[in-house]
Amino acid sequence: MAKSKGNPFPRVFVNTTLVVICLLWLIPTLGLFVSSFRPRDEIMSSGWWTILPHRVWVTTEQFTPDPSIDRTGVMNFEGATGTFEQLRQGVESPDGKRVVWIGNRRAGTVQVQEKQWTGIPATTLQNYRDVLVGKNVTIEGNAEEAARKGEDMADAFINSMAVTFPAVVIPILMAAFAAYGFAWMRFPGRKLVFALMVALLVVPLQIALVPVLTDYVHLKLNGTYMSVWLAHTGFGLPLAVFLLYNYISTLPREIMEAAIVDGASHFKIFWRLVLPLSTPALASFAIFQFLWVWNDYLVALIFIGNVPGVQVLTMRLADMVGSRGSDWHLLTAGGFVSMLLPLIVFFSLQRYFVRGLTAGSVK
Amino acid sequence: MTLLNPDADEHSAELARARRRRNRAIFTLLAGIVAAIVLFEGFFLLRDSRAPKLVVALFAMIWGGGGMAILYLIANQLVEFTSSQWQRRLTPVVFVAPAIAFVVYFLALPAVRTFIASLFDRDGSNFVGLANYITVFTEPFMLVTFRNNVLWIVFGASFTIIFGLLVAALADRSKFENLAKAIIFMPMAISLVGAGVIWKFIYAVRDPSDVQIGLLNAIVTALGGEPQAWIAMLQPWNNLFLIVIVVWMQTGYAMVLFSAAIKSVPTDIIEAARVDGAGEFKIFFSIIIPSIMGTVVTVSATVIIFTLKIFDVVLVMTGGQYGTDVIATQFYNQYFVNRNFGLGSAIAIILLLTVVPVMVYNLRQFNKRETL
Repeated sequence: MAKSKGNPFPRVFVNTTLVVICLLWLIPTLGLFVSSFRPRDEIMSSGWWTILPHRVWVTTEQFTPDPSIDRTGVMNFEGATGTFEQLRQGVESPDGKRVVWIGNRRAGTVQVQEKQWTGIPATTLQNYRDVLVGKNVTIEGNAEEAARKGEDMADAFINSMAVTFPAVVIPILMAAFAAYGFAWMRFPGRKLVFALMVALLVVPLQIALVPVLTDYVHLKLNGTYMSVWLAHTGFGLPLAVFLLYNYISTLPREIMEAAIVDGASHFKIFWRLVLPLSTPALASFAIFQFLWVWNDYLVALIFIGNVPGVQVLTMRLADMVGSRGSDWHLLTAGGFVSMLLPLIVFFSLQRYFVRGLTAGSVK
Repeated sequence: MTLLNPDADEHSAELARARRRRNRAIFTLLAGIVAAIVLFEGFFLLRDSRAPKLVVALFAMIWGGGGMAILYLIANQLVEFTSSQWQRRLTPVVFVAPAIAFVVYFLALPAVRTFIASLFDRDGSNFVGLANYITVFTEPFMLVTFRNNVLWIVFGASFTIIFGLLVAALADRSKFENLAKAIIFMPMAISLVGAGVIWKFIYAVRDPSDVQIGLLNAIVTALGGEPQAWIAMLQPWNNLFLIVIVVWMQTGYAMVLFSAAIKSVPTDIIEAARVDGAGEFKIFFSIIIPSIMGTVVTVSATVIIFTLKIFDVVLVMTGGQYGTDVIATQFYNQYFVNRNFGLGSAIAIILLLTVVPVMVYNLRQFNKRETL
């Protein structure tokens, strides 16, 4: 590559632009993450970016001015001069101090402030306790909130796991069988059926929700984990079949033919040969489906609805946005709780995820 | 005697083989029935279970994964007892039919059922023909909805493509390629609800006399401006503040695909252009972009589909208020909030129709690749 020969100007330009974009992309999440560890009062009284070391005015001295001073004219304290109105806003003296008049003209006090570096910002885990615990949590200060019920996100976390894991496992095998069938078996209508499967990749879920919900109500399935597992299996299958087909159809023909000559049945070839060879493709679909189901809101909202005790994380979080919209100490912690597992899965298995993306870029 | 014996032996041996074969077939069939019953009972057990949640989940994984495997195995065994001609016919059915059944029940059939529902009135009791569709295309609130979807597609898709290309091209020339890509990519792991919370915090607005804790308003007030309620003000431009969220989430996807495509552009062509004195911008626009055009089209199609179906972000941020409704939230509000089943179904059908061009495009691409 000629990268090394490129002249230095583009290199600086490239890296600066990249850093700016990366910061833009990182700052929103960073704000949430930082705020989730700040005490409630601090979140409400200052922006999260104030945790960065910066200099603030700190009051070093406070006194009541001499009663004899003429408070309608120009006054002088600690080298700062100004009228009452100016002093109310704060006047800086030549040696870097600031003098502020607090209170009214007759009975006010005077503060002398100096600029100092902020110390280590206060951190707390109280926010996480408040959102995770389901029982009553005591909150210092405000009496009416003293015995508020926690947001019970620990329960929602378990629900999310109970919904997600089976919804990932169940479709995989089904899709692998079908993908093998489409790729290596010859039967009438094969192309047409597979084309329809590909067409269904982009069908909006909205179209399916109502009829399926109607049947679920008849079967008493709504509000159960089962409803979501089956629905996600159905909705995820086109992508699963498509991804696995792309992979399984490119396995070397010689291996397959050798196995057939040896007298192995399709079932044996699939079980002994194709399934183990397809592990990377199975992994990339598993990650896809995991992220999709864990982060899904619509399907859970429709099929689980407002049944208590089954609510998944996205539903709890969306509820909190509605009911506690300005309690940022809860929303930030809750938001981070909901992202924790997908972020871990995502960063540890990124390679497979990227492979899946480049293979199945139609959903 | 000795001459006749082998024949008789062979005959009786064949009979014994046939009997064993039949017995095995019956046994397999019974095993299949038992397995089916167990799985079916497991369905009710799982549905009604009061066991600890993770136990239920674990059981479901075994029930789903293992049950599937057993059913496939038994079905395959049964097929193997039939004549070889029937085997050839039935084996593909065993492999493919379960997946097709699921997809038909969960996607294909519901499309038809929803279409039928869209021809009836709000509680499904009277046939009204196309009246719901007339409502969809004439009511002012629906026109606002369509306008917003156009905004989403135009701004959402174009900014995602532009940023994705920019980052892919820049990262390709940087030493921090992997780190930069990971940062841009990260929002894809977050739920749209979570992203909604993140950005709600950025757009947070408070009384002008209070300290602004939302980043955007803090910047605006630091520059001497007035704090704004970004997602409620200045319709329809408040939609752009919601679109930003999806651009933020989808750029990583576009970047990954563009990055892979850029890396596959032959380096000798770029080299030759450089030797001829072409600048970096010229190389980018007249060599790289034309050679990755296929990927640009694919990514655009995918992002457009995604933005068409956008739901979670709008519901969490505004609930569709302040003129921010899109087709998917309008469907939800009409069907589940207003309980107007006919109109809700009609909106879902419209949403399906909007993705048909992409569906056709996908199929064309697929056919082209298959015939190669």
